Amino acid sequence: MIDYQFNIADLCFALPEIFMLAAIVVILLLDLYTAKRFQNLTYYLTQITLFVTGYLAFTLIGESQVIFDGTFVLDAMGSTFKVFTMGFAMVALVYTRHYLKVHNLFRGEYFVLALLSVLGMMVMISAHSLLTIYLGLEIMSLSLYTLIAIARDRATAVEAALKYFVLGAIASGLLLYGMSMIYGITGALDIAQVAAFATSATLASEQVLILNFGLVFLVIGIAFKLGAVPFHMWVPDVYQGAPTSVTMFLSTVPKIAAAAMLVRLMIDGLGAMQAYWSDLFMVLAILSIALGSLVALMQSNIKRLLAYSTISHIGFILLGFATGVIEGYGAAAFYVLVYILMSLAAFGSIIALNKQGFEAEQVADFRGLSKHSPWFALIMLVVMLSMAGVPPFIGFFSKLFILQQVVSAGYVYLAIIAVVFAVISAYYYLQIIKTMYFDDAEGEIAVTAPIDMKVVLSINGILILVIGLMPSYWMELAISLF
Amino acid sequence: MESLLSILIWLPVLGGGLVLAIGNNRSESAKWAAVAISVVVFALSLMLWTGFDTSTSAMQFVENIPWIAQFNINYHLGIDGISMPLIILTTFSTILVIVAGWEVIQNRPADYMAAFLMMEGVIIGVFSSMDAILFYVFWEASLIPMLLIVGIWGGQNRVYAAVKFFLYTFLGSVFLLVSLIYMYTIQGDGASFSLAALNDLPLTLIEQSWIFWAFFLAFAVKVPMFPVHTWLPDAHVQAPTGGSVILAAIMLKMGGYGFFRFSLPITPDASSEFATVVIALSLIAIVYIGFVALVQKDMKKLIAYSSISHMGFVTLGVFALFSIVEMGTDGNIIGSLEGVYLGLEGAMIQMISHGFISAAMFLVVGVLYDRLHSRDISTYGGVINSMPKFTGFAVLFAMANAGLPGTSGFVGEFMVILSALQANFWYAFLAATTLIIGAAYTLWMVKRVFWGPVTNSAVSTLSDINNREFFILATLAVAVLVMGIYPQPVIEVMHASVVNLLEQALTTKLPVTL
Repeated sequence: MIDYQFNIADLCFALPEIFMLAAIVVILLLDLYTAKRFQNLTYYLTQITLFVTGYLAFTLIGESQVIFDGTFVLDAMGSTFKVFTMGFAMVALVYTRHYLKVHNLFRGEYFVLALLSVLGMMVMISAHSLLTIYLGLEIMSLSLYTLIAIARDRATAVEAALKYFVLGAIASGLLLYGMSMIYGITGALDIAQVAAFATSATLASEQVLILNFGLVFLVIGIAFKLGAVPFHMWVPDVYQGAPTSVTMFLSTVPKIAAAAMLVRLMIDGLGAMQAYWSDLFMVLAILSIALGSLVALMQSNIKRLLAYSTISHIGFILLGFATGVIEGYGAAAFYVLVYILMSLAAFGSIIALNKQGFEAEQVADFRGLSKHSPWFALIMLVVMLSMAGVPPFIGFFSKLFILQQVVSAGYVYLAIIAVVFAVISAYYYLQIIKTMYFDDAEGEIAVTAPIDMKVVLSINGILILVIGLMPSYWMELAISLF
Repeated sequence: MESLLSILIWLPVLGGGLVLAIGNNRSESAKWAAVAISVVVFALSLMLWTGFDTSTSAMQFVENIPWIAQFNINYHLGIDGISMPLIILTTFSTILVIVAGWEVIQNRPADYMAAFLMMEGVIIGVFSSMDAILFYVFWEASLIPMLLIVGIWGGQNRVYAAVKFFLYTFLGSVFLLVSLIYMYTIQGDGASFSLAALNDLPLTLIEQSWIFWAFFLAFAVKVPMFPVHTWLPDAHVQAPTGGSVILAAIMLKMGGYGFFRFSLPITPDASSEFATVVIALSLIAIVYIGFVALVQKDMKKLIAYSSISHMGFVTLGVFALFSIVEMGTDGNIIGSLEGVYLGLEGAMIQMISHGFISAAMFLVVGVLYDRLHSRDISTYGGVINSMPKFTGFAVLFAMANAGLPGTSGFVGEFMVILSALQANFWYAFLAATTLIIGAAYTLWMVKRVFWGPVTNSAVSTLSDINNREFFILATLAVAVLVMGIYPQPVIEVMHASVVNLLEQALTTKLPVTL
């Protein structure tokens, strides 16, 4: 690669990333020198940064380039994923502000770290080389570890951060090991060259074996990051221990980047080995759906419950990728976006219950909500039914598209297993509905969130219904990414 | 009216939203809005009847616009003679439950009315969907308002009943979804979820059998058939009066409708293959559940079991056809067509009649419950002394429930029994025992509650029904009697569709092997 010529015009294809990095530096400095009473400045600048970055990424939709010596790719999927990442991050930060305010955690670093992790996600999404993927992953993960520990006087948060760090490091190690195998056999870090090598017809059986060996470690690394069973052990503890706003961030926005990593490594890079990784994903998917549905039944902590619910959603996403066809990838991408939309609303509703000195963490904290805040109870009802896959909400259609692809790929039995567990999981979503609607409130619980959060949460909830009534456009968009 | 069906679906749903928005604090306005919307919807639904062409089995009032283009899922509505009466039954019953809940519901009255309005729209959607996924969406969505109705306004054990109801029916229907997806994926190019496409899809017997049982699970849970009926007594007993009425009068019909619309046309060969099993389960429901009803101490539970027993006639009437006729090799039907029409139309009449009678019975219990807050038969006795007008209605409905000639309860059951007689003497014999068992449990309950000496002072102070209650019960009494004396118009409406359905049920869909 000595003959690589740097082309200054290429920089404009990475404009979103460059802008964000510059903005992060500016915000960090500004935050250092602003008085405490102007603290909101950091928050607003963060939102503006996300918005502008999202807009820049939006203008790049339609461009298709591999630049920087094959380490960075710009394509429809990358740009679209970035736009969604920015949008979801903005929503998450709106909810976050309320949480930080009532729990005295409001600090400029929080937002800077969140932006840094988003930057890492962008790098992951646009990565076109094993090294860039790893680089993006680490930028993202290190920021997230720190975010969890930001509530440094809470023992559970520190424990969660440490747990996430240790297990995350193991996962990164496994991923790197897999990458080194791939590099060793193909001699390339560039995804396109890896793909070219894997598709060449003249592979000796030992070469296939080593490729496979690397592949398994890559799959494990991805499964760790996504939180698929049996690599899910960190998920419930981290979700429960982290401050709710961080849990929300953790369980939503990075999933796009993780899905992008899966696409880059498996579909773009090792697409020729699809028969191998499909089987692996199928096993991971069914285990995740099963365990996520069953174990959640016993949870009384709502963050922990949602952790297991996430695991089962991840199972559905993996099921979509496991089909090995473009429509299946589209269905999986659609599911990722839908899952994030639902998860944001769910955590948003939890955060909305938080008050000065009161941390909503138990399912029981929702008791009688429908009496005092009927509108927000209704939103939570919609979210829970949507997660359970009850029509006409969006969650049903995301499951429908996945199941359709699974059946079409010939795995009717997998579809049956998946729907049976979907029914089992409906039980715990119903428990939350029951708590809100059928139980009487013990004390006064009402949503006291600021108006911006109320508006965004309402729109978030309404979207779950409205996109459910007309999912066609979004589905088409998701399929067009691949 | 081009989009009458859409209006019928969305007017109550959006109207329910309006009633929610008016809120519990202005409950009087909310109630009047709810009743106004339900009356308008009922009036509009009558236009389906007046504008209906009884000479054709083709779908009428059709609307078809693309919905989810990638999978060829369409917003495809239409009705025929089988769905139209059920839609009118729905709009009719909704007025009754809204009026019935007028003063009784003190806790969140606006939400209560709104739930029933939304439910109405969704159920009309179920009966008018011509696209399988659209059907499934409405089918599942109907669970949500009912879950809340039972859970919020229900009795002591409401949470258990609501969750059991939801999970039971949810589990039943997911297999329906998988089989729909399966049939979509094997179609190849131009695949669609439209019912017409599914009706024409050739399926091997193995495929049909799997699909038949998946359908069966979904619909049998809803009907409900023995042995998947156990959710019903719980749901009925715990539901508020209005919830029980809608559950019995309409939601159970969704199951019966499913057999008509899905099982027979889509899996005709498997239906024929397994007809005996279904008939056996129907007869068990009729006889065994009838005996179960006999020993109930709780009035609502008694009526719930009686519902299961009566719904057995619907499935019996539908599946008896395979023992009566078969398709000849020349394409002509061999056997007694009369007998088959009696069975299918009897099943339909039974569904509508049961809609009136069970609604009336639950309202009767509701009237008593509102006064003494007890559903136990033993609490009452000699009610006639303090509530003579009410007792008159109650006895009429009890007679109809027992199948007295002249009431609608007689017509459907008699038609099905006649049809079953042509299939097999023993089917008819066992089905006919209901005339004795049904009379036994209903009249015994009447005897213990209404006749006899006044058992306690509470009963003697009961006040007779007010004008509102009189209006509801009188309307139902007229409906029961009209259907009982002159059911011909309803039969005429459905005849062309029944003929077409029979054709579909007898035409084999097995792929031709060369």
